[in-house]
Amino acid sequence: MRVATAKESYAADQGLFKTDTQKVWFGLLLAALVLFPLHGSNYWMFLAVLVMINVISTTGLNILTGYTGQVSLGHAAFMAVGAYTVAFFDGRFDTPVLLNLILAGAVAAFIGYLVGLPSLRIKGLYLAIATLAASVILGFIFLNWTPVTGGLRGLNVPTATIMGIELATPDRLYWLVMPITVIMVLAAKNLFRTRVGRAFIAIRDRDISAEIIGISLLKYKLTSFAISSFYAGVAGGLWAYLFRVVTPESFPALASIFFLAAVIVGGAGTIIGGIFGAVFMTLIPEFLKLSATALVPWFPDASIYLAPVRAIIFGLLIIGFLIFEPMGLAEMWRRTRRYFALWPFRT
Amino acid sequence: MAIEFIDIVETSLAGLGTGSLMALTGVAFVIIYKATKVINLAIGEMLMIGAFVFYGFSAGLALPIWASVPATLVVAALIGGVIERTMIRPLLKDNPVSVFMVTIGLTSVLIGVVELVWSAEPRRLPEFLPQQPVLIGDAFIPSKTAYSFLIASAVMAVLITVFAFWRGGIALRATATDRAAASSVGIDVPGVFSFSWMLAATVAALAGILVGSVGGISSAMGLFGLSVFVVVIVGGLDSILGALIAGLFIGWLEAMVGRFLGGEFKLLATFSILLIVLVVRPYGLFGTHEIERL
Repeated sequence: MRVATAKESYAADQGLFKTDTQKVWFGLLLAALVLFPLHGSNYWMFLAVLVMINVISTTGLNILTGYTGQVSLGHAAFMAVGAYTVAFFDGRFDTPVLLNLILAGAVAAFIGYLVGLPSLRIKGLYLAIATLAASVILGFIFLNWTPVTGGLRGLNVPTATIMGIELATPDRLYWLVMPITVIMVLAAKNLFRTRVGRAFIAIRDRDISAEIIGISLLKYKLTSFAISSFYAGVAGGLWAYLFRVVTPESFPALASIFFLAAVIVGGAGTIIGGIFGAVFMTLIPEFLKLSATALVPWFPDASIYLAPVRAIIFGLLIIGFLIFEPMGLAEMWRRTRRYFALWPFRT
Repeated sequence: MAIEFIDIVETSLAGLGTGSLMALTGVAFVIIYKATKVINLAIGEMLMIGAFVFYGFSAGLALPIWASVPATLVVAALIGGVIERTMIRPLLKDNPVSVFMVTIGLTSVLIGVVELVWSAEPRRLPEFLPQQPVLIGDAFIPSKTAYSFLIASAVMAVLITVFAFWRGGIALRATATDRAAASSVGIDVPGVFSFSWMLAATVAALAGILVGSVGGISSAMGLFGLSVFVVVIVGGLDSILGALIAGLFIGWLEAMVGRFLGGEFKLLATFSILLIVLVVRPYGLFGTHEIERL
C-alpha cells in the first residue's frame, strides 16, 4: 500500500510528473523504448513505428476531440496533407527530413485552421459534419491536383536521410520516430498545464460559460484545430517515410473513424488514454491477422473474412466502450492502479 | 460543345429521380432526429442493409417480389428496433456526441456484417420494375428511375398523411416538441423512440431496394448516405418538407454536375453546398433555429 503524497507548493501540484513513482515509471518506459530494438524483429519494429505514428496522430485528435470537445471526422485527411507535404518537398527539393516534418505539420496546421473557421458559426455535430465535408474536398484535391499530388498514382517518397544515414528500414526509422513521439506526447501533456490548454478544457465543459469568463471561443477553437492538425501532419509525414508512397487511397475515410475509435477506446481527454487507444487499435488488426493465420488449418478461407471481421470489431469496440466504459481504457487503468495503490484495503 | 435543351431536361429528370430517393432516405433520417434527437450517421448503411436483405430474399431464397418486399421491410424494422433498444437507448440521456459516435461505430458494424455475409463484390438486384422506358414529351427517362420516383413519392405522401392525422404520428410529433410534456399526457415516449427507429429503418430499407434496383448494390453503397446527409442539413434536420425539397434539389444538382462537369465533381459540388449552408444558415432552410441557454 502506498501512502498519499503531500505537496507543499502549487508548482509541485501542477508538475508534469507529480510523484517520484511517476518519474521512475517514466524512466523505465524510456529505457524500455531505447532497449526495445535489441530484441525486436523487423516485423515488430515495423509495428512499433506504426504504433508510434498512430500515437502521435491520436494524441492530436485527442487534443481536439477529447480536450476541446470538437468532434472531427476528417483527421485522416490532415494526416494525408502531412504525408503529401513530405512527399512533395523531399521528392522535389530534397530538403532535410526534420524540416520536411515541420513543414508537414505547419501545412496541416494551416489547413486545419481553415477547416476550423466554420466553428465561428457552428458547433457540435454540425462542426463534425463540416470536417467531414472538408475531408471530402481535400480528397478531391489529392485526386485532381495532379502536378503537386501525382493524381491517382500518388507520389513516391525518397528514403529519409539524416546526416548521411539512410533510414530505409523500420529499425532505423525507429530512432527518428521514437524521440519525436516522446517529445510530442510530452508537449501535449504539458499543453494542459498552460492557459491555452485550460481554455480548451473550459470550452469542452461548457462553451457559453467559457466565453463569459473571457475565453475567446473562436481563437481557442482555431488554435485547437491548428495544434491537432499539426500533430496529424507530423504523423502523416512520418507515415510517408515508413510506407514510402502516398496515394489518395492511403488515408480513406475509415482511417478517420479509426482515430476517433482510438480516442474513444483509449479514453477521451487523457493523454495516456490516447496512447492506450492508439496501441490497442493498431495491434487489434495484427492480432486478428495472426488468429486468421492460426485458423487456416481448420478454416482455409479464414483470411477472406479478415477485413469484415475487423470492421465489425472496430464498430463494436466504439459502441461497447461508449455504452459500458465511456472513459475508456484510461479509466480501467486508473481503477487498476487505485486497487493496487490501496491494496490490501478496498475502496 | 453546345449543350442541347433536351439533354438538360433529361438530366434534370434523371436527377429528380435520384433526388426523390435521397428525399425518401432523408425523411427516414428526419424521423429519427425528430423523435430521438440522434444524428444518425449510419442512415446510408441502414439503407444498404435493407437492400442486401432484399437481395437475400429475392435472389438468395428466390422468393417472388410480392413476398420479398414485405419480408425485407419486416426484417428492417426488426433491425431498427434492435439498434434502438441495444445501442441508442442506453445513451439517450448522455450527451448527443456519444450517441453520434455510436452511430459511427454502427456504420462500421453494418458494413462488416454485409461483407461477411455477402462479400464486398457489387451485385445486381433481380429486375422487378417494368422495363419499358418512359417518355415525357421528347425526353427519355430510364424506367427504373421513373418508377422509383413514383414509388418514393407515393411513400412520402403516405408518411406525411400519417404524421398529420394518425395518433402515432401525432405522438411522434408531440415527443419531438417536448418529451416531458408528451410523457405527462400519457404518450409512451420510449415506445415512440423504438417506433421511430423501426419506421425509419423500414423507410431506409425501401429506399435501399429502389436505389439498389437502379444502380446495383455493394458494401460501399452506404456512400449514398453522404449525399443524404447533405440533404438533411440543407433542408433542416427536423423538417420533413425540408428533406423533400433539398432531396430533389441535391439530386438534380448532382445529376447536372455529373453530366456537364464530370462525375468526380459530384461530391465536391454537394459538399461545397453543405459548407456554404453550414456557414450561412446552420439550421438549414426549414429547420428550427434552437437558441442555447446556460
